[in-house]
Amino acid sequence: MAARQETVARVESIDVDAYKYGFSTDIESDKAPKGLNEDIVRFISAKKGEPQWLTDWRLDAYRRWLTMPEPRWARVHYPRIDFQDLYYYSAPKSTPGPKSLDEVDPELLRTYEKLGIPLREQEILAGVETRRVAVDAVFDSVSVATTFKAELAKAGVIFCPISEAVQTHPELVRKYLGSVVPVTDNFYATLNSAVFSDGSFVYVPKGVRCPMELSTYFRINEQNTGQFERTLIIADEGSYVSYLEGCTAPKRDENQLHAAVVELVALDDAEIKYSTVQNWYPGDSEGRGGIYNFVTKRGDCRGRNSHISWTQVETGSAITWKYPSCILRGDGSQGEFYSIAVSNGYQQVDSGTKMLHLGKNTKSRIISKGISAGRSQNTYRGQVSAHRKADGARNFTQCDSLLIGPNCGAHTVPYIESKNPSAQFEHEATTSKISEDQLFYAMQRGLSAEEATALIVNGFVRDVLQQLPMEFAVEAQKLISISLEGSVG
Amino acid sequence: MLEIRDLHVSVGEREILKGLTLSVKAGEVAAIMGPNGTGKSTLSYVIAGREGYEATTGDVRLNGENILELDPAERAAKGVFLAFQYPVEIPGVATMTFLKAALNAQRRARGEPELQTPEFMKRVKEAAASLGIAQDMLRRPLNAGFSGGEKKRMEILQMALLQPRLAILDETDSGLDIDALRVVADGVNALRSPERAFIVITHYQRLLEYIRPDSVHVMAQGRIMRSGGPELALELEERGYQDYIAQEAA
Repeated sequence: MAARQETVARVESIDVDAYKYGFSTDIESDKAPKGLNEDIVRFISAKKGEPQWLTDWRLDAYRRWLTMPEPRWARVHYPRIDFQDLYYYSAPKSTPGPKSLDEVDPELLRTYEKLGIPLREQEILAGVETRRVAVDAVFDSVSVATTFKAELAKAGVIFCPISEAVQTHPELVRKYLGSVVPVTDNFYATLNSAVFSDGSFVYVPKGVRCPMELSTYFRINEQNTGQFERTLIIADEGSYVSYLEGCTAPKRDENQLHAAVVELVALDDAEIKYSTVQNWYPGDSEGRGGIYNFVTKRGDCRGRNSHISWTQVETGSAITWKYPSCILRGDGSQGEFYSIAVSNGYQQVDSGTKMLHLGKNTKSRIISKGISAGRSQNTYRGQVSAHRKADGARNFTQCDSLLIGPNCGAHTVPYIESKNPSAQFEHEATTSKISEDQLFYAMQRGLSAEEATALIVNGFVRDVLQQLPMEFAVEAQKLISISLEGSVG
Repeated sequence: MLEIRDLHVSVGEREILKGLTLSVKAGEVAAIMGPNGTGKSTLSYVIAGREGYEATTGDVRLNGENILELDPAERAAKGVFLAFQYPVEIPGVATMTFLKAALNAQRRARGEPELQTPEFMKRVKEAAASLGIAQDMLRRPLNAGFSGGEKKRMEILQMALLQPRLAILDETDSGLDIDALRVVADGVNALRSPERAFIVITHYQRLLEYIRPDSVHVMAQGRIMRSGGPELALELEERGYQDYIAQEAA
């Protein structure tokens, strides 16, 4: 109840343009010249001191990208992006490479403090009751701090910025980078391959259960800068890791581009749980500004009985184009996708998942909850397929949409494809509205219109919230309420 | 407690209540009887503050205060409770969660401290036990998949928990078998007190055998046509509403 109360208090204390993380940090940055060409790609690679193979890999991606058309099939509308009018690299000036937390610019630490992200290990340790979470903080194009590295190292877990992993574990990076999302996968993934700046790298060795939650916090600060992070997580045989991702950006009138790639690899009997709370700036109430979030996330259940689970709470971005997927390659492997996508104002969401059943007796489960309010459009797009050899493949999909108000839209676009007669796919979909009856009933019992809406919405998304780690579930619940502020009369 | 004076209410273009006057004192149980379509449910919605049911003239005073400008939640906090004829389902929201949110919202609005979980649980369990409501029902989503009888009992449970000053029961007897009716009536009777008033809306005399009213009001044509004591209910049972319908035609 305390959380709900707080939600209501917070909802009341903010105005219509309610985005809370809209401040920007005044910090000197080191930028590449505007625009994109081979020299910029080389510039980024040189900044990171990368080996030749990676520079070549980037250049190859860049050349391929030049030949690719921008995808237009999603149900989203936006003016053509001028890719020459963006900065592709921006780093806070005072951080030449990895260093200890004490050396991090205090202005940066304050930024993360303001965002509620604890970067000082001793502060985290002081609060005995809170569960510890190791954090990698990425500010524009570089990682500024990673916590608990030493303790994780004791368990053999590698958790560091990917730019660092390139130096310290080149064999792992080279083996797995691009092995799930190939360089030429799609327009934005290819662009990311050419210019990716930073992101997190995780390797959990055989049989290790990662001793704490890992988390990366992304922040876009610089104006006219694209953020292209790259995350690579490898869970070796029999290991387990739970990873959380959060993101925010300042309020700006221009649109900003975010094109990330996340690759997950789960070997035999390994499990990866990947949770996202996406709260990029969604634009103002008139639809000005906001992040274009064009992201490719894919997990490869490469080993037998491996398990990958995606959970996402999407409340931010002007446009979301994102389909976290699972390739169920290993026999007996399992993929899950739990999603809450909330849209309000003029937001456009086209999101969903792909479950590709390749191995025998593979299972997948999709629970998607879309909530649309204001003038937003919310599309679920999902693909479930069974390969010829995928005997006994099973999928269950449940796709529910909730509409708040008369000017929004919800759309469901499922693609189901089976080449194996023993595959069993189930698909359920519902669309409902918060009815006047429900609102009046709850208000008659004493709840305000906002409280009543929050309660009804929380009921609607309950099955997905239960999949999130406890602290994130509370945070997500608040976020949903704040995103829907002003959506009821 | 409740003073309604010359109340006219329109829903859309249509005038439903046409100069209704009614007074209910603290401690009183007032029965409102009348044929279908005379505005009995409209009256309950207007008192509770449902959007779209606007008073064009007249006023509704609760303990001297005109409540027509208040929203439904504010009226609830002042002690207005409506047991719905058709309780609404709220999927995914556990009954317990809903009850606690509602109770504490009212307490906050009145400047009272919120109830902590143990105290709240104690109260709910006691109320549930007295109404024959199983514990596991409290964990299920509110009203979702409940039978008609279960929904009505849940309304009474909410009433017992929220302890309103003025409770309106809108055809709470409809769809109940005789055993369920008795349970519901016992629940209402247990809440009767000198500080609390009830308006019991019903078609039939049957419910009034279990909940003995202090006054009976015949409603037709959007007005109270006649008021009397409990004996009026018996007369209606015998003669039906034809006298009042006839008046309407005249």
